[in-house]
Amino acid sequence: MSDALLEFEGLGKSFGGVRALDGLDMRVKRGEILGLIGPNGSGKTTSFNVVTGIYSPSQGRVRFDGQDITGLSARKVYEAGIARTFQRSRLCLPLSIFDNIMIGNHARLDNGLWFNLIRRGALRRQVEEGYDKARELVAGFSRELAGRMFEPVGALPMIERRRIEICRALVSGPKLLLLDEPSAGMTHDETAQLMDDILAVRDRMDDLSIIIIEHEMGVIERLTDHCVVLSYGRKISEGSYAQIAADPEVQSAYLGVD
Amino acid sequence: MTDKTTPKSGWLGLPPLAVGLGAVAATAVYGWLFLLAESEIAVLGLVALAALGGWALGRTGLPDTLDAAMRGHGRSMNGAILLGLLAVIFLLGEEHFPLLMLTTMLLYMTVALGLNVQFGLTGMVNFAGAAFFGMGAYTAAVLTAHSAVPPLLILVAGGVIAAAIGFLLIVPVVRTAGHYSAVVTIAFGVLFKTFLEVNDVLGGPQGLMVGPMKLFGWDFNSSPVLLGVEMSFYVNYALLGGGLAVLAFVLTQRLERSWLGLTLDSVRLDETASACFGLNVVRAKVLAFTFGNVLAGVAGALYGMMISFIAPNSFTFADSLLMVSIVLLGGLGSLWGTALAAAIVVLLPEKLQILQEYRFLLFSGLVILMLLFRPQGLLPRKVRSYFPSWRPQQ
Repeated sequence: MSDALLEFEGLGKSFGGVRALDGLDMRVKRGEILGLIGPNGSGKTTSFNVVTGIYSPSQGRVRFDGQDITGLSARKVYEAGIARTFQRSRLCLPLSIFDNIMIGNHARLDNGLWFNLIRRGALRRQVEEGYDKARELVAGFSRELAGRMFEPVGALPMIERRRIEICRALVSGPKLLLLDEPSAGMTHDETAQLMDDILAVRDRMDDLSIIIIEHEMGVIERLTDHCVVLSYGRKISEGSYAQIAADPEVQSAYLGVD
Repeated sequence: MTDKTTPKSGWLGLPPLAVGLGAVAATAVYGWLFLLAESEIAVLGLVALAALGGWALGRTGLPDTLDAAMRGHGRSMNGAILLGLLAVIFLLGEEHFPLLMLTTMLLYMTVALGLNVQFGLTGMVNFAGAAFFGMGAYTAAVLTAHSAVPPLLILVAGGVIAAAIGFLLIVPVVRTAGHYSAVVTIAFGVLFKTFLEVNDVLGGPQGLMVGPMKLFGWDFNSSPVLLGVEMSFYVNYALLGGGLAVLAFVLTQRLERSWLGLTLDSVRLDETASACFGLNVVRAKVLAFTFGNVLAGVAGALYGMMISFIAPNSFTFADSLLMVSIVLLGGLGSLWGTALAAAIVVLLPEKLQILQEYRFLLFSGLVILMLLFRPQGLLPRKVRSYFPSWRPQQ
C-alpha cells in the first residue's frame, strides 16, 4: 500500500462555465496535517465537497486508502472513513451536545424500528456506551463542557460549537478529518486555543490524517506538515509553509502582484 | 445538566410525586366537569379558569415539579394518567354526547401524534391528515359491509391502506423539499375528497354506512352494564379509542427517545450534514411519513365504526388544517403539547356552540398568534432524554 491516504488525480468540477476545480492533483500522506490554502473561490471547499460526495466530480479520480471513491454518495464516503466539519457551523442547534455527537456516530448505532421501539434495554446499553464515548471525546477538549452534555448546542459560544463539531467528526473513528476553516468567526485567543486542541487530537490519534482549510496563516504555519496552494481550481504551489510563503507565485495569487 | 437528580421537594415544598398525582386528579376532575357542562356560561367559566389557572400556575414552578415527577416516578405517573382517563370514561357512563366528544378527541390526538412525527420531528408538513384518516374510515366501511374480516383486523387494515396509499405520495414528497412537499400533500388531500365524491362504489357524496366494532364477540353498539347501571355504548369506543391513543403516545414517545428520533431531527435540521454522517435521509422520511399515516389510518377506521356513517365531507382539507393546527398549537415535537392541543381544538368548539361556526377562523387566528408570540407552542418540547430515569456520570 502506498503511503498516500488520499489522492486526487486530475480532479475537475465545473458549475456551468465556471471551473471550480481544474485538473487538481494532490496527495495526503498517512498521519500528516495538510494545509489547503488559496484565495476565495480557488476551489478549497469545492474539493471537500467533491471528496465527501456532496458534489460528484466532472472529471478525474479520488482514491482513498487504496479504494476508488470517485462519485460515491456522502454516506459511502463517511463509511469509508472520511469525516468533516463545515465552514459555517452545521450543528443541530436545538439538539443537545450528546445528540449532535451521536449523529456523527451514526454508523455504529442500530437504526432498526424494532430495536428502537421495542428493545429498550439493548438501546439503553447503546445509549450508555455512546454517552461514555462522547463524554470522553468532549472531556479531551474541555472538562467543563463534558459536564453539560445535555444542554442544547445553540446556547454555546462559537469555540465550543467548533469543538463539538470536531468531536462529532471524530466519534466515528475516521482515518481522515477534513476541517473547513475552523477559525472562522472566532477571536484571536479562541483560534489559538482551538489550534492547541487540534494538535492534542493529533497526538491522541496518531494515525489520523487531517486536511485543514484556513485563511489564518498563523494557523497554517503552526499546524501543518505540508501545504497545497490553490488558485482558480489549480495547484500553484506546494511544500512546507516556509517554502510556499516564499513562493512568488503564491504571493502574486494572494496579493495580485505581477 | 448540573443538577437533574429528583429534588426531594418541589412546588409549594411538596414531594414531586404528590404534586404529580394531584395534578392528574385535578385534570381528570376538570375534564369530567368540562365534558358535562351544559350551559355556555359554565363552559366559558371553565375555559377562563383553565386559561388563567394555567397561566398563573405556569409561573409558580409547577411545570418543573411536574417534569421532575414524570422523570423520577414515570411508572406511577403513567399509571395515574391511565386511571384518570378510565375514571373520566366511567364517570361519564351514560352520557352519549360527552363520550363521543372524548373519543373523537382521543382519535384526533392519535392522528396529531403521527403528524407530529412527520412535521415536528422530520420537518415534512402533511396537509392531508384528514385524507389518511378518511382512508381508514372508508376501509372500515368497505370491509364491514363486504367481508367477514374481524373488526380488530380492520383497524390494522385501515393503517395498512393508509400506508400503502401514502407510498404513492412518497416519491414526490421525499424528492421535493420544504414547501413543495407541503403543496403535494395539499393537492392530494383535495384530490382524495373529490375522488370520493365522484366514486359511486364508495357511496359518492352521500357516503357509506360503517358496521360496528366487535371484539371477542362483544358488539360495540350494545350498551355495557356495570354494577347494574346501563351505560352508553360509546363507553366501548372511548375505552378502545383511549387504548389506541395511549399506544400511539407510547410508540411516538419511544420513537422520539431513540436513535431513530435523533435521525429524524437531524434530517429536519440539516439534510446535507446528515448525509455526510451516513444518515439515510430517504429512509428516515419514508419511515416518518408511513408511521404518521398508519396512525391516521387506524384512528380513522375506529372513528368510522364509531360514528357508523361517513361521507366525503367528514374528511375535508379544512379538517386536515385543524389537525396541523393541533401540532402547531401544542408545540412542534412536543407530545404532551399535542395531547393538550387536541383537547382544545376538538372540545372547545363542540362545547361552545357559538364558536362552532367560526372554529376555522378561531384556530387560524390562534395559530397566527402562537407563531408570533410563542412559536415553541403551548408545552414546548424539551431536549431529548432517551431514558428519563437515567442519570449519567458527569
